[in-house]
Formats: sequence, C-alpha cells, structure tokens
Amino acid sequence: MLGMLGLGVATALALTAFRDNLVFFYSPSDVAADHINPGRTFRLGGMVEKDSVKHEGDVTEFRVTDMAKTIGVTYRGQLPDLFREGQGVVTEGTLDPDGKFVAREVLAKHDEKYMPPEVANALKRAGEQQHSTNTLVEKP
Amino acid sequence: MTTARIPLLHRYANPAAFGRLAAKVLPWTTALAILLLGLGSYFALFASPPDYQQGESVRIMYVHVPAAIMSEVVYGMMAAAAVAGIIWKHALADLFVKAAAPLGAAFTFVCLVAGSLWGKPMWGAWWVWDARLTSELILFFLYLGYLALVDAFDDPQRGLRAGAILVLVGVVDLPIIKFSVDWWNTLHQPASLMTLSGPKVDPSMLLPLMLMIGGFMAFFVSVVVLRLESELLARRIRAWRTATSEE
Repeated sequence: MLGMLGLGVATALALTAFRDNLVFFYSPSDVAADHINPGRTFRLGGMVEKDSVKHEGDVTEFRVTDMAKTIGVTYRGQLPDLFREGQGVVTEGTLDPDGKFVAREVLAKHDEKYMPPEVANALKRAGEQQHSTNTLVEKP
Repeated sequence: MTTARIPLLHRYANPAAFGRLAAKVLPWTTALAILLLGLGSYFALFASPPDYQQGESVRIMYVHVPAAIMSEVVYGMMAAAAVAGIIWKHALADLFVKAAAPLGAAFTFVCLVAGSLWGKPMWGAWWVWDARLTSELILFFLYLGYLALVDAFDDPQRGLRAGAILVLVGVVDLPIIKFSVDWWNTLHQPASLMTLSGPKVDPSMLLPLMLMIGGFMAFFVSVVVLRLESELLARRIRAWRTATSEE
C-alpha cells in the first residue's frame, strides 16, 4: 500500500518535472509570452490562417494562429496532404531575428471529427445560411 | 447445492467449473467474432463513405481504433485480475493475467503499426514523440516486460506473482494514455468516441467502427478462454509429472 502511494507520488513528480518536455509544440501565444531566443529549435503549432498561404516555387509562406497571436512561417519542401488553410499544423524550426519562423518540417494536425464529404458540405451550407440570416437580422 | 454459497468470484476458480463454462461460452463468442469482424470489414472497406478531409485513408481507423481500445481494456482487465490474484489468491485470476498478456501486446502492436501507417500520409510523419504515442509505446513495453518476467522464475507461481505486481505498477500508464491528448499539446487529435458531447464520428462511419470494436472484443474473449484452458491443462500436466516422479 505504502509502495503504491510512493509510486503514485513519484509518477506525479516525474510528470510535473517533464511538463514542459511533454508539450509537443508551443502555440503562438506561448512563443509571445516565453520570448524564445532566435536560433533555438522548437515546434510551433496552431491553425493555418485563412488566405495566408502563398506558394513561390517550392517555398511556402503562411501564418500560424491560435486566434490570439499569429506568427509568419516560411517553409521550403513538400507539404503533407492534409496541409490546408483553417486546419491544424505543427512545424519545427527556429525563429529568425525578425520574429519570422523558419520551418524545417511541417506536420498536419487534424481534428477529432470524421464525416463523409456530403455531410461536411451540408453542414457548411447550413452554417452559411445561418450566417446570412444572422447578418440579415442584424441589419436595420 | 453448495455452489450457491460460494461467491460468484470464486465459483469459477474451480478448474472443472471453468471448463464447463468455457465449453458453453466458446462456440457463441467464436461465432460472434466471425460475424462481427466479417460484417465490420465489409462496412469498413466497401459500405462506408470516405472522410471529408482524409479521403479513403480514414479506413485505417477501423483497425487502429479497435486495437487501441483493446490495448487499454485488456490491460485494465489484467490489472483487475492481478488484484483478485493478490488479495483473494484467486488461482484463475493469476492465470488470466498470463493468458491475456500476449493478446494485449498484439493489440498494442497492431495499434502502433496501423497508427504509423496512418500518420505518414495524414500528418506527414511515421512517428513523433508526442505524449499520446509515447505513452502507448510505454504500454507496449509494459506488456513485453510482463511476458519476459512471468516466465523468468523456476517456480511458475512466483512468476505469476511478480508479473501481477508489474501489471499493477504499470496501470498508472492507462489514464496517461487516455488523457494525454487533453493534458498536453499533442500531434494526435483529441478523443472522437468517448467525449462529453458524444461521438464526433458520423453515424455512417460509427456503425463499422462499433462492429469492429465488438468483433475485436469477441475475438479476445474466445482466444483468452482457449489460452486459459491450455494453461490449466499445462498446470495439470506439471502436477501429474511431479506426482509420478516422486513415486
């Protein structure tokens, strides 16, 4: 019994100690708050901002946002299939002195929802309809 | 009727009683496993839609998710049996832990491999060291550690006891796996099935997934009952050998 208790405490302590290392990526807000030094390699994660993706040859520029803070990212190389605007992304790289993130690797992060394309389209249409009725109501 | 006075937990500790129960249960669970896995595979591969984001790759889910669930459920059952074995000296419970361990290890392996094959096309990586993937890998090592430990003693009973303690120590990994996606930033997405607001999977995909989960479960019960019976036979053979060599 005492052994189990000791083990639980040890696990809790170990998990607390590793708390920072257990985080797979930092959000743009974390980066803004932590003042990570330029040149240090870390992972930046968030959502690819809508209408922010620009392709130039094999260089891609986009912005990663967590709805509070946003960081610009440049990446040279092939992107995963699920890389899309409005979808999650985790990139590994360094901040350059101007605060731009230079990514060496880009991973796509998807959400927990699964549905057929028709359902997704129907939901989207319903959302747009609701949106348009809302704006109609708000207009005087 | 003496059986009525024996608590349910202990009634089937008697190998003969267990044998009778197994003979009754096994044909049903085997038939159920074949039916559910057959039906589930048909729905998973042919009669379910592609995903709006992932396309056809989503079909890997119908193997990955049941295997992942079983990897945790089997370990949970082993831990419960280990408690019964240690506290009540329940002989069948000790043997259940041993009988279930290779199956749990196999489910964990399938979960990791299917997840890796899914991760490459979707995320862009075979493997990442995020909290979900790492804690699941630790579960795999716990299974392997148990399998190595349980047979490392000359006295099988001591092996079972040492293994049971290892299983109980490792149980701390189960909530870590489950909640890793909520406690830390991970590349793995949060839970899709067991969420407070209900499943985040469309009914057309939930049906094959549930069939497959049921099929995996029935398969596990069938194989673990067979393995328990063979463990009991092995024990009788050992006892018989010792008895004859002493004469």
